[in-house]
Amino acid sequence: MKTQEFRICPESGLQFHKPAERLMRFHAVAAIVCLLIGGITALLVTLTRWPAVHLLPADKFYMLLTTHGINMLIFWIIFFEMAVLHFCSSTLLRCRIATPKLGWVGFGLMVTGAVINNLSVFSGKSSVMMTSYVPMPAEPTFYLGLILFAVGALIGCFMFLGTLVIAKEEKTYEGSIPLVTFGALTACIIAIFTISMGAVILIPTFLWSVGLISNIDAPMYRLIWWAFGHSSQQINVAAHVAVWYAIAAIVFGARPLSEKVSRTAFILYIAFLQLASAHHLLVDPGLSSSWKIFNTSYAMYLAVLASMIHGLTVPGSIEVAQRAKGLTKGLYEWLRKAPWGNPVFSGMFLSLIGFGFIGGISGVVMGTEQINIIIHNTIYVPGHFHATVVIGTTLAFMSLTYFLIPVLFRRQVFLPGLAKWQPYIFGISMMVFTLVMMGAGTLGVERRHWDMAFTDAAIGFDYPASAYALMGLVGISGVGAVLGGAIFVLIVVVSVFLGKRVESESNYGAEPTRLMKAPPIVLPEGGHVAAGKWGFAAPGTFALAMLFLAIFVAYYAVNWKYLASVWPLA
Amino acid sequence: MSSIQPPSETIWWKQPLDRVEGTWIGIALVWSLIMFFMMPLWHIYGKQNLSNEAYRTTPEAFMAKTQAMVDQYTIRTETNQNVPVVRPPPGSDVYLIARLWQWWPLLELEKGQTYRLHISSLDWQHGFSLQPVNINAQILPGYEMVLTVTPDTSGDQTIICNEYCGIGHHTMVGKIYITEGGS
Repeated sequence: MKTQEFRICPESGLQFHKPAERLMRFHAVAAIVCLLIGGITALLVTLTRWPAVHLLPADKFYMLLTTHGINMLIFWIIFFEMAVLHFCSSTLLRCRIATPKLGWVGFGLMVTGAVINNLSVFSGKSSVMMTSYVPMPAEPTFYLGLILFAVGALIGCFMFLGTLVIAKEEKTYEGSIPLVTFGALTACIIAIFTISMGAVILIPTFLWSVGLISNIDAPMYRLIWWAFGHSSQQINVAAHVAVWYAIAAIVFGARPLSEKVSRTAFILYIAFLQLASAHHLLVDPGLSSSWKIFNTSYAMYLAVLASMIHGLTVPGSIEVAQRAKGLTKGLYEWLRKAPWGNPVFSGMFLSLIGFGFIGGISGVVMGTEQINIIIHNTIYVPGHFHATVVIGTTLAFMSLTYFLIPVLFRRQVFLPGLAKWQPYIFGISMMVFTLVMMGAGTLGVERRHWDMAFTDAAIGFDYPASAYALMGLVGISGVGAVLGGAIFVLIVVVSVFLGKRVESESNYGAEPTRLMKAPPIVLPEGGHVAAGKWGFAAPGTFALAMLFLAIFVAYYAVNWKYLASVWPLA
Repeated sequence: MSSIQPPSETIWWKQPLDRVEGTWIGIALVWSLIMFFMMPLWHIYGKQNLSNEAYRTTPEAFMAKTQAMVDQYTIRTETNQNVPVVRPPPGSDVYLIARLWQWWPLLELEKGQTYRLHISSLDWQHGFSLQPVNINAQILPGYEMVLTVTPDTSGDQTIICNEYCGIGHHTMVGKIYITEGGS
């Protein structure tokens, strides 16, 4: 092993392998570029759906909505996830990265694919939305770009597995892999499944678009496309939960309440999350109710159970760590005195709350077989997934980026005063955005629609004034979220390319050191429970969980009641 | 920093469960099972369920069946495109075409009566969205979906397309007129 290729970050103690570090940097920068494209189009789309503004003409709106969806949901997130995978393997396990040259091939494919796909959409001939439902045709290059991107990402996934093998072989760590790496492994396994599904459906669709296959069956396309499309959002869930644990460890020195529970919850993700294709097919012809019920519930909600577990154990681990430091007053001294001015923490905590309370609850409710009748394809749906993917994943990745700027890029964060506020501007705007979208969806406002006033239609329809008011709020809060995103991109770009270097030295040539086990758990006097209440080590978190459950139950009941008011259907 | 360090016990699956976790897992599991069983229970006791009755079809076959209904039950035409308004008898099979960018024909149904509503697309995917009552379903080419519907509200309903179907998507609007029964 070439020892001159390692450096140790003096602040975090993390050890970086030079080729892995370069790969992470390039993937992260590519991710930010896609986030920028997605953000600019987000602004234009949101200003068009704001009825009083209605900015773009229809063709441009549909084109840019396609761009926005693909750049955000696929390119930004998967580029960043590749960096997370390399971080969780090579960096956390203090190990050299497997096949770094192949990593550049993968990165090259991903960049090429993203460029080809974007050019195809910007030509105006592939305004087919991210889902590209057949038989609506796109240019062959649209599918080709996605396929190339997917192959590149698949290479990254196998490099992650290879790096785990090297770490084990070369004994760079003691005992079992850390929980965060375990979470990243979960994301990687789900990613391999997901990308395979993408290949299974996009390759024939590409062949269809060039005329080699005569017909693609619409429901078959939907079933397999969503095994790619929804499961790829499950990569995000596994990845951002791993990031939550990582940030809890980095900021608070938190350790999981129990490794067994947190890891078992990740295993539940692997076993059940992939059934979620059914969420999109609940009101489709040609599928039976028993198939729909089993799959939409991820097999009796065992994957939802896993998320509810992480939702408790992440803040629970923070609470226990804080109480051990003496912050034991009342239920919430530990939370009040958390570092709310540190964007690494504040972003992560807002991500956790928004993902659970908004994204999680709405996802389960709309994924209920019958309740989907009143929600399918309304703007409620993007309301839901902006809560999971934007507040959940994107905000968690933003928080991690604030940590990585000094550690990985060796730069100081530009405008640290503004960085303190950025997670709040972005997170809170996004929370309002998702809630008002869900409100408008409940009133029947459609998603992916240029004109809710139907001015060009031969037959008109008037939504209630409340629907217009809510869509106006969608516009306002959307602009707020774009502002928060723009501040993030500004801070990151200036920090990374023009920022002041971190003062401490971190030179290559450091002797690699082994990752040691966590020290045995030393309980404070009287045990964790003595620092808590009611015999619970984390009573504040438990009370929050009870609040979550109460909202969940009430909202679930309200939706059944609403469903009961629509026409009888059989 | 233990979440980013190997666990202190290599055999992590033998670590005891924390009490706060055990309690929450129990509660969350019960709630998960309640939500799961709500769906089959609603099939038994609830009134809003999709029958999942569906058939393979072709654009030609579906067009022919719809045309036959239109020829028999048209009561008037509307708009400058002379779209027929069809009033089929209660209990009958009613056909509705989704195509770029039209719901065809317009329908007139009687409140409180039950109809078998067949819907299919002649071209791309469309979204049947009935407003303001708010009933939504996915309409696919090559498949005929059958919804057994009982309009039980007064006031006309509008059919909107809520699956993106190209540049004219937002002009694809249809109508279901509801007449009061008992007359």
